[in-house]
Amino acid sequence: MNETLRIGQEAVEAKGWWLAHKWLVLRRLTQLGILAVFLAGPWLGIWIVKGNLNYSLTLDVLPLSDPFIMLQSLVTGHVPEKLGLIGVAIVVGFYLLVGGRAYCSWVCPVNLVTDAAAWLRERIGIKGGAHVSRSVRYWILALTLLLAGITGTLAWELVNPVSMLHRGLIFGIGTAWTVVLAVFLLDLFVMNRGWCGRLCPVGAFYGLIGKLSPVRVSAVKREACNDCMDCFAVCPEPLVIKAPLKDAGKGVGPVILASECTNCGRCIDVCSKDVFVFGSRFNNAASMAGVAQAISK
Amino acid sequence: MDSVKKSALAARRQFLLDAARMAGGVGVLGLGVGLYAKQAKALPAAAIRPPGAGTEQDFLGACIRCGMCVRDCPYNILFLAKPEQPIATGTPFFVARTGPCEMCEDIPCVKACPTGALDHKLTDINNSRMGLAVLVDKETCLNFLGLRCDVCYRVCPLIDKAITLELRHNERTGAHTIFEPVVHSDQCTGCGKCEAACVTEVAAIKVYPIKLAKGELSQHYRLGWEEKRKAGGSLVEPEVEHRYNLPEGMKYEHGKGLSAADTPSTGVDSLQATLPDPGKNAAPAGMPRNIPGGGLGNRMSDDAPR
Ligand code: SF4
Ligand code: SF4
Ligand code: SF4
Ligand code: SF4
Ligand code: SF4
Repeated sequence: MNETLRIGQEAVEAKGWWLAHKWLVLRRLTQLGILAVFLAGPWLGIWIVKGNLNYSLTLDVLPLSDPFIMLQSLVTGHVPEKLGLIGVAIVVGFYLLVGGRAYCSWVCPVNLVTDAAAWLRERIGIKGGAHVSRSVRYWILALTLLLAGITGTLAWELVNPVSMLHRGLIFGIGTAWTVVLAVFLLDLFVMNRGWCGRLCPVGAFYGLIGKLSPVRVSAVKREACNDCMDCFAVCPEPLVIKAPLKDAGKGVGPVILASECTNCGRCIDVCSKDVFVFGSRFNNAASMAGVAQAISK
Repeated sequence: MDSVKKSALAARRQFLLDAARMAGGVGVLGLGVGLYAKQAKALPAAAIRPPGAGTEQDFLGACIRCGMCVRDCPYNILFLAKPEQPIATGTPFFVARTGPCEMCEDIPCVKACPTGALDHKLTDINNSRMGLAVLVDKETCLNFLGLRCDVCYRVCPLIDKAITLELRHNERTGAHTIFEPVVHSDQCTGCGKCEAACVTEVAAIKVYPIKLAKGELSQHYRLGWEEKRKAGGSLVEPEVEHRYNLPEGMKYEHGKGLSAADTPSTGVDSLQATLPDPGKNAAPAGMPRNIPGGGLGNRMSDDAPR
């Protein structure tokens, strides 16, 4: 690996700019597009979607509810109305299919903030920082539900940066920007991928939904890996890559099964050897990969 | 073998340490958020919830802060609270003075609510209880000053039911009538039209969340006259006649007061033959005299005002 090359530089040289940024661009377009339809109502008076990510109604027919907030509400002892429940079913069904944390990389507005922080951190070379386990988020997830039960209110909503930012953009942000700034600074100075990778219970919750989702990134051509480590550097959850990419010898299949993977597809972009593709979790025979490897040799 | 054991032990110790640190951190976070949530349960007096909202406790568990009610209110009176406002962040409210609820017949805000935080069982807006109007300042209300403002009464969607004008004598002029606006909690929806319309610089009539506006009798209290009406007669049989503890030689007649008895009485009522001399009845040192309602002697008698 050439130390002077920036992350993804090799891929740009090998595949051209577009193929080295395809999923990133598609993802940003999706994130901004979703935000745009939400904003078209209050800003332009074009009401395609009403509401916010907690619950929205599209074209007056399609209800979409955030299952995490509905679950918290359920814990306080409140059962939502029919449209709210249908919204939950649609959203849960969708993320069961495409991977729960696709919410994080393709929808959540905070991702734009934390990705920006990660990019800047890399650019100005900030290293190290506080060590917080990546499993803390699951404890915080449990905590949010516990708080809902104890206080009988949606306590986490008082501090949740995800809904604060999204609701703020649409309904007026007030001082909620300070919470978003705090997340940015946390990720920039205190810990790498601190918020989304270690603390956010929303991401943790969607991760759990996507535990068994069929759409997964797969290191199908892992034998071509040249150890440039660009995928590890660019991945918001680098731990998920290691086994599928490196442990063919231990009988591990090539599919990234870990539910923490956000299906952002950035590893596909930055790999100059085209190791990764979007695929299905069921094409995961380690031996088949082994066979393929043997044949290619 | 030993070193393996030792390293396993160290690993376990490290694991426990990490777990404890994590639990500690998450616990502190929980405590902070929990305390904040407790504080955020108090609704300020000027913030009124949309129609169909239950108690503040229920509402804060049911409302998912989606803003659908805000969007479907045709009069744009509803807002979602921002973090700097002392209302649970993201929850909808309106401010009566600047934008009262117009009491839409089809209640679109309730229909839009996906959670039922605004109760879908509310189908008649007249049954909503968003808050309760209170005539808070009798010193500035024009009607109390003897004028005929009546604005709050006239704008009330439930005129003559939620607000009535109660007539009483104007002691100041001696010749006129005061038309006192009186709010009835069994009818007032808390829409806030009255507060919005009140003509004074600062409204003399205001709508408050019910919890702030309404008193409540103790559970065991019974209103004698109500019980009597319900039972169709006195509950105490036979009805005891009131007995007065009077100075000797005095009698008491309802509406007339004390007077000298025609015949000297005996017994308990005959301790003194004459009206107590105020000088003689002076209060002991440190005790008040000339208290409205009578002096100490009077206050110790059965019919003294309490
Ligand atoms: S982890 Fe949380 S904040 Fe980050 S992208 Fe996912 S939902 Fe959004
Ligand atoms: S009843 Fe009408 S005016 Fe009142 S809050 Fe609902 S939608 Fe708005
Ligand atoms: S529509 Fe219902 S859940 Fe949504 S903000 Fe209004 S009251 Fe809350
Ligand atoms: S708030 Fe005022 S205007 Fe509205 S119903 Fe009550 S008394 Fe009438
Ligand atoms: S509108 Fe205001 S000043 Fe006029 S009668 Fe009502 S409370 Fe009094």
